[in-house]
Amino acid sequence: MTTTTGPHPTRRLILQGAAGVALLGLGNLPFGAAPARAAANDKYPEEAFKLKNEADAIKALYGKTVEPSDKVKLDAPEIAENGGVVPISVTTTLDKVTSISFFVAENPNALAASYRIPDGTLPAVANRLKMAKTTNVTAIVEADGKLYSATKEVKVTVGGCGG
Amino acid sequence: MASSIRVRSTSNGDITEVQALIQHPMDTGLVKDSKGEVIPAHFIQQLKFECNGKDVFVADWGTAVSKDPYVKFSFKGAKKGDDLKISWTDNKGGSDTTTAKIA
Amino acid sequence: MKARSALLLGSLSATLVAFALTSPRVIAADKVDPVADAKAFQNFYFQKFPDVKHEDFVNGPYSMNEDMKRQWQEKEEFPPYEFALDAGKEMFATPFKNGKTYADCFPNGGIGIRQNYPYFDTKEGKVVTLELALNRCREANGEAPYSYVKDEMASLTAYMAFTSRGKPMDIKIPDDPRALAAFENGKRYFYTRRGQMNFSCASCHVQSPGERIRAEILAPALGILNAMPIYRSEWSGMGTTSRRFVTCNSQTRAVPLEPQADEYRDVEYFLSYVANGLPISGPGARP
Ligand code: HEC
Repeated sequence: MTTTTGPHPTRRLILQGAAGVALLGLGNLPFGAAPARAAANDKYPEEAFKLKNEADAIKALYGKTVEPSDKVKLDAPEIAENGGVVPISVTTTLDKVTSISFFVAENPNALAASYRIPDGTLPAVANRLKMAKTTNVTAIVEADGKLYSATKEVKVTVGGCGG
Repeated sequence: MASSIRVRSTSNGDITEVQALIQHPMDTGLVKDSKGEVIPAHFIQQLKFECNGKDVFVADWGTAVSKDPYVKFSFKGAKKGDDLKISWTDNKGGSDTTTAKIA
Repeated sequence: MKARSALLLGSLSATLVAFALTSPRVIAADKVDPVADAKAFQNFYFQKFPDVKHEDFVNGPYSMNEDMKRQWQEKEEFPPYEFALDAGKEMFATPFKNGKTYADCFPNGGIGIRQNYPYFDTKEGKVVTLELALNRCREANGEAPYSYVKDEMASLTAYMAFTSRGKPMDIKIPDDPRALAAFENGKRYFYTRRGQMNFSCASCHVQSPGERIRAEILAPALGILNAMPIYRSEWSGMGTTSRRFVTCNSQTRAVPLEPQADEYRDVEYFLSYVANGLPISGPGARP
């Protein structure tokens, strides 16, 4: 710890100010006006991960409405052998995919993972997620600036959050 | 120290398939240890794959990603012998990086 | 099938009691005949599950349920025991302080020999498991023994099992009355009811493989040790044969034995012998 004052206090103030603005911005964002996930920079979407509810998390991450699509193929087990490790994958025939995200509706925080798909990367991801209890899982594919989803129920008998 | 990152990347003509497994507790912050004390959240937030100077895949993760996380994806434009750089950072400022040759 | 999958512990035990009255044992116990026992044991499973390929029995619960098998196959693409396997390989190659290595303690330098464990040691007159042999190797070289249930021990056995993958289990019963007695004792332990719930190992793993008990699908006893050690998601880590035995005893509120107690060694001998011919598949990944 140093006791010099110097620029530190000012810098902190500025940072706080910026954060405040960002939060306000999120809250007031009208539907459709938010930057698409892909257009956003490299920043980790901290706020979206903190939200409990799926609709709120989708709004914070994308700020747009979602339509279900049979072009999004979500693969998830019917009964998870262990809620701590549930294999979930998605593929899609949609073009111009820029991101794929996974939401677990009944988890304490709905957003589980969000993947950026740059040009040249195939629109398909497999990962393993935790589920606290029986829940819907939704994959959202962002393609050409629009959002498409697929949802499946996964039954969980051994939960993934109780350890 | 052995790397926390295991990668398999294989080129199959124009498409490179990548699978990675990372050793990390991915603690949710909701679980108590045997003494009844909460284990603080400790999880990877961002995982990046770069090839030939360009991001080919970026994962943003929350606490719902399983312990020792696994991910699989494929991309175009690389060839056998190219370097794939993998790096992650977690919510406590921890990080690791490794480079794998595409086979 | 759907209705049965909701089976809980209580109703399961009721089913088992009914079952026990009609066909108590797979194996006739008149006289100690391990060859006949192994044959009867294998035939029981092959007939009960005609659609399961013989070599698939070694995959525990995954041989019994398609939805679970798919989740397992996905896991196997990059299995959770990978880190333990790497650690075990490194440990195996690292010399002790005296310059010797594990390889010096085992036939064929310890590579590709897992299918011969446990074996009956005619000098000692007892069953020797791989875990026991590893700790004896450490102690003979001035190193402290490892815990028998997880961590280093599971990493070492994971690596040794990996070098034996696909090799048929090949347990010998030497011409020694004590070896036959050990086999018989293991068999007795396996079929004896114990604990508050009055279950034997066979109640679950012979009479009910494929059934759900709470959330889990029961593994068949045939080939039940071929995948050891295992990474269990429920444990968030690796466990040895001893760890699994202790867990099964505790789950039925029976008093678990010390890892590597004589009875555990004997039951391991019995279960391994009756799996002769089935491939080693360890290390395994389990729910
Ligand atoms: C109440 C039922 C029950 C009893 C009794 C029981 N187990 Fe188990 N056992 C289980 C369950 C549940 C599992 C985990 C699911 C599975 O793999 O079968 C298991 C798993 C195992 C496994 C690991 C199988 C694998 O492929 O991962 C072994 C080995 C085992 N038991 C041995 C025994 C032995 C030996 C006994 C007797 C001392 C015993 N069990 C008694 C329920 C039981």
